[in-house]
Amino acid sequence: MFSPALAEIRFGCGLSPDLPAKNSVEEILQRLAGPDHMGETYPIDDFDSLLPRAVEYTRLRRERRRAQGSDAYDDLDDQTKSVRAKARTDRARWFGQIILRHGQTSDGFRERLALFWGDHFTAQGKGGLLQLMGAPYVDSAIRPHLSGNFADLLISAVTHPLMLHYLDQGRSIGPDSRSAQKSRRPKGLNENLAREVMELHTLGVGGPYSQQDVRQLAELFTGLSYSAKRGFQFRPNLAEPGAETILGNQYGGDPAQLEPIHAVLRDLAVHPATADHIARKLVVHFVEDTPDPALADHVASRFRDTGGDLAQVYAALLEHPAAWVPELRNVKPPLDFITSACRALAVHPQKLNRSAPKTLNKGLMTPLIMMGQPWERANGPDGWPEQDAAWITPQGLAARIRWAMLAPRQLVTRLPPPEQFVETSLGDFADGRVRFAARAAETQAEAIGLVLSSPAFQRR
Amino acid sequence: MTLSRRRFLTRSAAIGCSAAASPLLTPVSFASAPWDTRLVVIILRGGVDALDMLQPYGDPNYAGLRTKLAGGPDRGGLDLDGFHALHPGLQPLMPLWQRGELGFVQAVSTPYRNRRSHFDGQDLLEAGSAGLGEVRDGWLNRMLQQMGGVESRTAFAIGQGEMKLLHGGAPVSDWAPDAALVLSPQAKLLAEQMMMGDPMFHDALAEALELSQDGTMGLADDADDMLEMTMPLPSRGKSHRKIAEFAAERLRGETRVAAFSINGWDTHSRQAAGLKAGFGRLSDTILTLRDGVGDAIWGKTAVLAMTEFGRTVRENGTGGTDHGTGGAMLLSGGAIRGGRIYGRWPGLTEADLFDRRDLMPTADVRAQAAWIMRGLIGIDRSQLEQVVFPGLDMGADPGLLL
Repeated sequence: MFSPALAEIRFGCGLSPDLPAKNSVEEILQRLAGPDHMGETYPIDDFDSLLPRAVEYTRLRRERRRAQGSDAYDDLDDQTKSVRAKARTDRARWFGQIILRHGQTSDGFRERLALFWGDHFTAQGKGGLLQLMGAPYVDSAIRPHLSGNFADLLISAVTHPLMLHYLDQGRSIGPDSRSAQKSRRPKGLNENLAREVMELHTLGVGGPYSQQDVRQLAELFTGLSYSAKRGFQFRPNLAEPGAETILGNQYGGDPAQLEPIHAVLRDLAVHPATADHIARKLVVHFVEDTPDPALADHVASRFRDTGGDLAQVYAALLEHPAAWVPELRNVKPPLDFITSACRALAVHPQKLNRSAPKTLNKGLMTPLIMMGQPWERANGPDGWPEQDAAWITPQGLAARIRWAMLAPRQLVTRLPPPEQFVETSLGDFADGRVRFAARAAETQAEAIGLVLSSPAFQRR
Repeated sequence: MTLSRRRFLTRSAAIGCSAAASPLLTPVSFASAPWDTRLVVIILRGGVDALDMLQPYGDPNYAGLRTKLAGGPDRGGLDLDGFHALHPGLQPLMPLWQRGELGFVQAVSTPYRNRRSHFDGQDLLEAGSAGLGEVRDGWLNRMLQQMGGVESRTAFAIGQGEMKLLHGGAPVSDWAPDAALVLSPQAKLLAEQMMMGDPMFHDALAEALELSQDGTMGLADDADDMLEMTMPLPSRGKSHRKIAEFAAERLRGETRVAAFSINGWDTHSRQAAGLKAGFGRLSDTILTLRDGVGDAIWGKTAVLAMTEFGRTVRENGTGGTDHGTGGAMLLSGGAIRGGRIYGRWPGLTEADLFDRRDLMPTADVRAQAAWIMRGLIGIDRSQLEQVVFPGLDMGADPGLLL
């Protein structure tokens, strides 16, 4: 059954001592339909606006390499390092913005969805400054489409330069394309993106597609490319001539164009298998690892009935009683643990804004590594695990407890009184054991640390 | 029911006294492990320079390619077989070489070619597949999946970095000595009590507290020691030794497989200093492991140290080398047939090189690992070629084990 505290904990960023919880599902959905206040207040740079710096960095590195052994080397080395340092500082700042969005929002479901879809469409830079541009990718390619049509989100993420780079699409060249014919260097298809689009992004592993479909989709995708300077590019020269057949439908033909690629993505987006896959993933992420099949079916049928209208899909999730089982069953991943702890502690924005990147690194980003979730460095295109057992390992839990015992003192000027903190951070979910621990601890820091370490706070 | 603080502490003390007998506090099962030999895999991240680890001073082209980074017995290298000399940073391991407990495979690589990215190179090394994106789990985990009786402590991923080669369906424990949990006695008791109702948390906490006692870290005796516990950050300096000590401690018990990383091999500049430090850490790690497990277990141990790729045969303008292809693998342990260098030497003339710049790989690094697992753990060749390293042809047995 709906309760304001449960809504904040399960579908939002956790309880805050300052910001009131929402009183209804309608209010949650209305906020999501409204403007993105947090995105405006705590902005992250647009991905394309950062491309010139990435190009500059690559150029400096090339010149530095050529200058090896000459007098010009030291100067070029300094310049290269300073560009990189600036980019690292920006990345730490963006991380701080995400903590602040989670801490200050009254629209927590939006932040949770940004993390969910950012993970669903995991893309990472594999070299140069692209390695530091994950947050701008999520903000540019994913965040604007969180509650629109799934097809638009899919097209935006899959054709984004960072995704094309991550899954090697930029190097995929039709064997009979104009480019392949002109060049003597070995060139060929790369199926990586095509496979992940079907397996991870749409139909799901075990979905109704064959290796032949993957191959055909890879041929259709040829031409999707990007330039380091200008971002996304469609390059007909790379495209395999002729039409392709995917899941029994024919796409494309000559001359090669972008539109048929969008068309196949739109068709994949509304495929019944995609509806099942996305619905199940949402339910597992927000409710529990082994969800009530009735809930997943309810969400999937709304997905099918509305052609993947995500606002409607979320409404189906939030209106179903099985989404509100009172017992907290999922475990927060490390990032969500840290952000919700900062929210519960009411960490002041100025405190984070004034922190040096080094402090953010030491206090927040490096502990995430110890907890098993280095920021924006998931193990593969399938993103972070959903199973709770992946996180609550001896090492992972030890890192959480250590952080909980030590970080709050550095994040706030004055720690809250423990008995009050139990109530403001856990609400109805405070049990006798946590209350006792908060009362019996020998120091205030230990008391706060214990509350944050409690299963009641770690779960949602 | 509310407990008074005094009463709680009395009860807790009672629990503490009988800790050894309490099933709640001893979650570790000591079931017999499925096999008896020990396998340690060390990933040397960054791309180790094979031509500096094993300096091929007997090759007529070597001296011309390496002038600032010149090696060989005249430059401090330790002659191994009249052709290769060992980098002096590995000198602490020479007694092992003499006893046949240290060996090498020269000119090996994964199937990764032409791109030379650390990211992809390490992914492929740990996936164990022929190409990128073909599998989601790691080869060492797939080996465990083939074996019966594997429990969570059979294999350990150690250290704060991800060990993708152990990712997958088989249970694996992970622990970083840097993660050691030091709590005041009061906080520890309260945490245990608080997690009592949630078995997943309670069990993980009990294991964390137990693992934290291993190695050099102990539980705090009084609350003042709390001040010494730091944020969960990787420690600098001697963390490789702590990792090796921890690994040895596990391997003395029921653990059969341990994997961890040693970073810092990407020597684009000032390679001489970088490798001296790196090989110092590697030597230290292996000797700490050997001393830690003791003679009997060392006798049935194989240590494999592998890297994502080698480096360019020519030195660059900044006293270093750039990303290459063919690399070298280090073997150690009482179970290996050491004192020799395996692998076919490809030569260093322009025509011998890969892409006219890198050491030409003459064998697949996966085949070496496969033969070691075949002999050490007894896993079938067909499982190795089809499941652990899908599509690999192991070729003839190189005889890496005694």
